[in-house]
Amino acid sequence: MIIYCTPLSFRQRKVLFRDRNCDLDSPKGLLYKQPGITLGRCDVVAVTPWSAPIVWEETFDPVLVDAIYKPKNLTIATTVFAIGKYIRFLRDFLETAEKHFMVDFKVHYHIFTDQLQDVPAVDLAAGRKIFVHQVPKLKRWQDISASRMQMIQTIIEEQLYREADYIYCQDVDAKFHFRWGAETLDRLVGQIHPWFYDLGRDQFTYERRPESTAYIPPGEGDFYYIGAMFGGRVEEVYKLVKSCHENLEADKANGIEAAWQEESHLNWYLLYNKPSKILSPEYLWDDLRGKANVMKVVRLSHILKNYAEVRENT
Amino acid sequence: MVRKIRIILAFGLYATNLRCSISNIQPTSHGKTWWTQREDLSRKRSWNVESPERLLYKQPSATRGGSDVMAVTPWLAPIIWEETFNPELVDAIYKPMNLTIATTVFAVGKYIRFLGEFLETAEKHFMVDFKVHYHIFTDQPQEVPAVNLAAGRKIFVHQVPKLDRWQDISASRMQMIQTIIEEQVHREADYIYCQDVDAKFHFRWGAETLDRLVGQIHPWYYDLSRDQFTYERRPESTAYIPSGVGDFYYIGAMFGGTVEDVYRLVKKCHENIEADKAKGIEAAWQEESHLNWYLLHNKPSKVLSPEYMWDDQRGKTEVMRVIRLSQILKNYGEVRENV
Repeated sequence: MIIYCTPLSFRQRKVLFRDRNCDLDSPKGLLYKQPGITLGRCDVVAVTPWSAPIVWEETFDPVLVDAIYKPKNLTIATTVFAIGKYIRFLRDFLETAEKHFMVDFKVHYHIFTDQLQDVPAVDLAAGRKIFVHQVPKLKRWQDISASRMQMIQTIIEEQLYREADYIYCQDVDAKFHFRWGAETLDRLVGQIHPWFYDLGRDQFTYERRPESTAYIPPGEGDFYYIGAMFGGRVEEVYKLVKSCHENLEADKANGIEAAWQEESHLNWYLLYNKPSKILSPEYLWDDLRGKANVMKVVRLSHILKNYAEVRENT
Repeated sequence: MVRKIRIILAFGLYATNLRCSISNIQPTSHGKTWWTQREDLSRKRSWNVESPERLLYKQPSATRGGSDVMAVTPWLAPIIWEETFNPELVDAIYKPMNLTIATTVFAVGKYIRFLGEFLETAEKHFMVDFKVHYHIFTDQPQEVPAVNLAAGRKIFVHQVPKLDRWQDISASRMQMIQTIIEEQVHREADYIYCQDVDAKFHFRWGAETLDRLVGQIHPWYYDLSRDQFTYERRPESTAYIPSGVGDFYYIGAMFGGTVEDVYRLVKKCHENIEADKAKGIEAAWQEESHLNWYLLHNKPSKVLSPEYMWDDQRGKTEVMRVIRLSQILKNYGEVRENV
């Protein structure tokens, strides 16, 4: 079902979020392999220094995870921006999401586009909906990218706080290939950038100018998080996008645009407000990178494309 | 260090003739019980994990430094081992939260002899620089040792009767912890850790253990298969766990978490113990069996490796890089009420 929404208005409103039960109830009689504490993958690190799990294949049991989360009757919102030529990626994104993304959960796709008429008709499983929001096409791809923080803030204020428990904010130019499921649910979730997971922190492309609100000095930094995926509980993501939006505006008033726009601000936020769960590069790979030994599966990947051809300005 | 001994004789608790039953809780002026207020409070609590700017520490990696131990459970709760966390970072995150951590220990009968060392070593290693409230349950308040406490830390002493059987003393703890939460701890503490007194701290036992609901892997069972776990195996018991099922064998000597989550655990275990008693059943390992049932079906959000509760009888094993707390060698025949 596609629901067309009126154009966004940017009103501030006090928001109250849905109550939810955070227990990890596990049904009686569920059978699964016994966890061991001295056996497991040694080629990857499964936890951060602040004890947030890093999700890799074989660090979790999908049957157990689904048994815990499905009974909670959750609604998961996901936002994608399909503006200008990026609309061409939307069909593949939606069709593969129907196969792999939060299967058997209630999912609300929130599509932001300037071309309502080009939103493809895709068969959705029961309990899943599409909402389309009309937005203007800005002249610079950097502005389109950065404006997402404000738009996500607004859609949470206007609608999501009532309707969804979790929200995942994603890029449209990607396809799902494998399970991308409830193991990703948590309070505040960051995604490791596929090109930076094996580099030293001083090679991360953080914003390095002290004048910017996104400034991270050398010697600091946990991971380089990609702007193409962040998520968590609606109230937590709301705080993130609101903070990033405010910081983007503060920088704009100072005549600064951070090195990688909202991604720089996201990295600043997640360095000082640690995520409670982190997704390995399995959860957002880049087809340009080919294969890596550490990747047992690729669940979602940015597809090959000609940036000069699809971006508004290059 | 200021010599500060705060011993408060709170009130009498009777394990079998409970004077402070749940039905006597008075509603607040807003018509809500403390429990509803607590849920409101926990909803308003910020679960942010804020990390201060300019804090320097070694860069984490997602691929380098994978170890010989599992650092997460299959439901993605972290398992805490040495070198899986950064203590400076963890302290920098949690200290500014101004938390109060309650801990309960039962020093009944001859077990009072262990209390002095428990408290003295806790002052060196347990939640150092945090506000800690030690709640000591004993039949001999006059024997509670005077121990130097760091600033912000207090001792509360609660008088309880000495029961005839050690199994009853052990099992009654669930009810007593439930009551102390209802009467006092819900107002005063954010987290509660329920521990055994016959143990000594040797190394940091800190804020890396804080989480919503925390279970402790039993030092004798971490390397055994689930069908060797000494779960209660009789279907008639409320603690029944059939074969083929089970994550870890959790020790009854340590469990903890937020006050509201531990409250639900102890309340449920107490109810189940009473239900079993009414049917003439005592579970294989008393409240430990019930704890295991509870944590199997209500998964902990964090699990502590055997570093956090070892047994001196076991000696050294390869997987243990540090021992933070261990149950001391003792002669059970000598200290237990009945053997």
